[in-house]
Amino acid sequence: MSHAHAEGHTIDHLERATLEGKNKILGFWIFLGAEMVIFGTLFAAHIGLRGELNGGVSGSEIFSLPIVAIMTALLLTSSMTSVLAIQAMHRHELKGVALWLGITVLLALGFLGLEIYEFVHYVHEYHFNIQQSPFSTTFYVLVGCHGTHVAIGIVWISLLIGQLFKKGLTVVTAPKVYVASLYWHFIDVVWVFIFTVVYLMGKVG
Amino acid sequence: MAHAHAQAHAHAHAHGHKKRYTGVMDWITTVDHKKIGILYLFAGLLFFAIGGLEALFIRLQLAYPMNDVVSAQRFNELITMHGTTMLFLAALPILYGFFNFIIPLQIGARDVAFPFLNSLGFWTFFFGGVLLNIGFFTGDTLPDSGWTAYAPLATEYSAGRGMDMYSIGLQLSGIGTLLGGLNFVVTIVNMRAPGMTMMRMPLFCWTAFITSILIVFAFSALAVGLLMISFDRLFGGNFFNTAAGGNEILWQHIFWIFGHPEVYILVLPAFGILSEVIPTFSRKRLFGYTSMVFATSIIGFLGFMVWAHHMFTVGMGAVANTMFAVATMLIAVPTGIKIFNWIFTMWKGQIRFTAANLFAIGFIPSFTIGGVTGVMLAMAASDYVFHDTYFVVAHFHYVIVGGTVHGIFAALFYWFPKMFGRTLNETLGKITFWLLLIGFNLTFFIQHWLGVVGMPRRVYTYLDGQPGWNEMNLVSTIGALLMGVSVVILVINIVITLMKPKNATNDPWEDGRTMEWAIPSPPPEYNFKQTPLVRGLDAWWVEKRAGNKEMTPAEPVGPIHMPNGSILPFIMSIGLFIAGIGFMYDTLLMIVGGLGILVICMILRSLIDDPGYHIEPEEIEGKGVKA
Repeated sequence: MSHAHAEGHTIDHLERATLEGKNKILGFWIFLGAEMVIFGTLFAAHIGLRGELNGGVSGSEIFSLPIVAIMTALLLTSSMTSVLAIQAMHRHELKGVALWLGITVLLALGFLGLEIYEFVHYVHEYHFNIQQSPFSTTFYVLVGCHGTHVAIGIVWISLLIGQLFKKGLTVVTAPKVYVASLYWHFIDVVWVFIFTVVYLMGKVG
Repeated sequence: MAHAHAQAHAHAHAHGHKKRYTGVMDWITTVDHKKIGILYLFAGLLFFAIGGLEALFIRLQLAYPMNDVVSAQRFNELITMHGTTMLFLAALPILYGFFNFIIPLQIGARDVAFPFLNSLGFWTFFFGGVLLNIGFFTGDTLPDSGWTAYAPLATEYSAGRGMDMYSIGLQLSGIGTLLGGLNFVVTIVNMRAPGMTMMRMPLFCWTAFITSILIVFAFSALAVGLLMISFDRLFGGNFFNTAAGGNEILWQHIFWIFGHPEVYILVLPAFGILSEVIPTFSRKRLFGYTSMVFATSIIGFLGFMVWAHHMFTVGMGAVANTMFAVATMLIAVPTGIKIFNWIFTMWKGQIRFTAANLFAIGFIPSFTIGGVTGVMLAMAASDYVFHDTYFVVAHFHYVIVGGTVHGIFAALFYWFPKMFGRTLNETLGKITFWLLLIGFNLTFFIQHWLGVVGMPRRVYTYLDGQPGWNEMNLVSTIGALLMGVSVVILVINIVITLMKPKNATNDPWEDGRTMEWAIPSPPPEYNFKQTPLVRGLDAWWVEKRAGNKEMTPAEPVGPIHMPNGSILPFIMSIGLFIAGIGFMYDTLLMIVGGLGILVICMILRSLIDDPGYHIEPEEIEGKGVKA
């Protein structure tokens, strides 16, 4: 797994070079397992209750697919840039890691801005707030839970970029970058399901 | 399995001075798995005492018809808090105490995988438990909708702040439990000593492993359910508001998807404890080790497939009821395998009836009765008769008291010398066992009949003149008082033992089989001077049979890398606690302040690397450092 190059004394997979690093990665996978159940339960609630409008608006009336498509594009691209960051890390290019992580954060900020705009728009135009109907409650809790994860990811990855410049790529920082990217992929996968189940299925009724 | 402490040295060796705390600060900042284990044990015993007092008040109220020891509202609060406290704040934390203390010793590790997270998990659990009980201090109503918190009773029809304490307090303690489960999974997968393959692992570690996996997947479902209750109660959400089109059956599904695995979370570790105690005191290896491992895994898997047997009377339809009934009965097969394996372990063994072994042997018939009534309840048709009667109360107390509590007490007597360096008084222990056995059967055996003649659960009183109700309830109350006496004797036993000098040897039972018995009691903070080499199942027994006085080392004596203690987990949990109170009383300042404390601590933790410190070989040899 982690053998050192004879000439440069660099390690192929910096994130797995120590037991602490390996623990962190395995622990994070298990954390993602718990996250999977959390989102799965929220999806189940949404699928069960999305037809209950309580006299309010339905998804097909309010969802605007172009804006959601842009959000999807932003988030999917940010997932790719986080892969590029990990590849740069495996090449031991500190600047590359920071650059691609920075782009990831910018794309995520764009996504989050559009989501906040979307929520504000719904509340102002349609009085579609969390109390309107079971549909609105499950919508805001599910999509909002994802949005909160994105916001946490933005703060987390931004802090990591700062740490990278201060401490460099080490066996301590590399696992942090690696699990942050795992987290980011997970957020992305959840969004793919939200896009499909909430928006596309909501749009067709 | 390459044990890689040596690699950790590489980057941490240069810096490394120990921050030494003493007294209370030591306990608040500790990241040592043994100290956290002791914290879990005593916090769990504290909540166990509170839950036990609540149980006594319940039984006093029910001793006579139309009794008025407590009011109807207070009675609802007592049953809710008794169930919630016993399951979430007493049984599981006490088991976590043993997990924490024993697992690293049994797998030959120097600590758990995430010492900092371990401490965070404990303090979050503890402050969540305090939040759950905060009504005792503020004078608010306590949680009063039953430990199952069924909607809409828990959402629309529970006035006061009680159910907010339930949803937020349990949320916090659940997060703590989840962090602990995650930690144990990684510890067991990654931290085993050289030679400790999965199939050489003591069965206690196996059950802890499966339990931890169940915790990770079950407690996250509970977290979402509690979030939904909080949204409905605090922010006007509509998850369970039927008037607006919400669905309260959704809560039942989510709760039992968590709640049924929770039963196995509580009892699998007790299975593991028995599988350690019985072989030790039978001087035989565990019969059918491999089948035990597979039975544990199958029970863990099936535990997720049977949640709707709690909902037979909801009206899911015959097909769903049949499937869940069959799946439930299936669990009796691997459980039966375990029962027979323990009996075959004792068969022709040189059995010593120590207090620990008495509790372990007492487990077998009591738990089997609970299993048999479980299969009776699993038959959907007959469940319509038993549902919500005292038959159910009798059933699950046979499983939890006859199973988990017996297991916990067996573990307490068995591992007490390892944890505290002193052996508990055997005579008092045997008195505790017999009083508990008699009291427990007196309390709950008769409740089977009480249920069948029709006494419903969760009623605060009953009318005079119903067939046998008066007599049976009185007998049940007398039994509960006997159980109370047995626990008081146990507490006295613990107190007088802790005041004696430490005199336990490495292997106080003399027939210890697993590695925790190869090191001093209590173990030094680094556990193993040299990481041991495991040469077979029951590693310490293998060495003893080879005539060795200690484990065969897998590494030379060298400096041992240890993590520094940290106050951050304690402060983070206080932050969460403050934010929880803020959510409950709608105080924005407390929400922002509490979460702010949490975030600042997380950032500090991320920015400041902990290089740890080293214990040098001279220190190990010279002074014989104690934990």
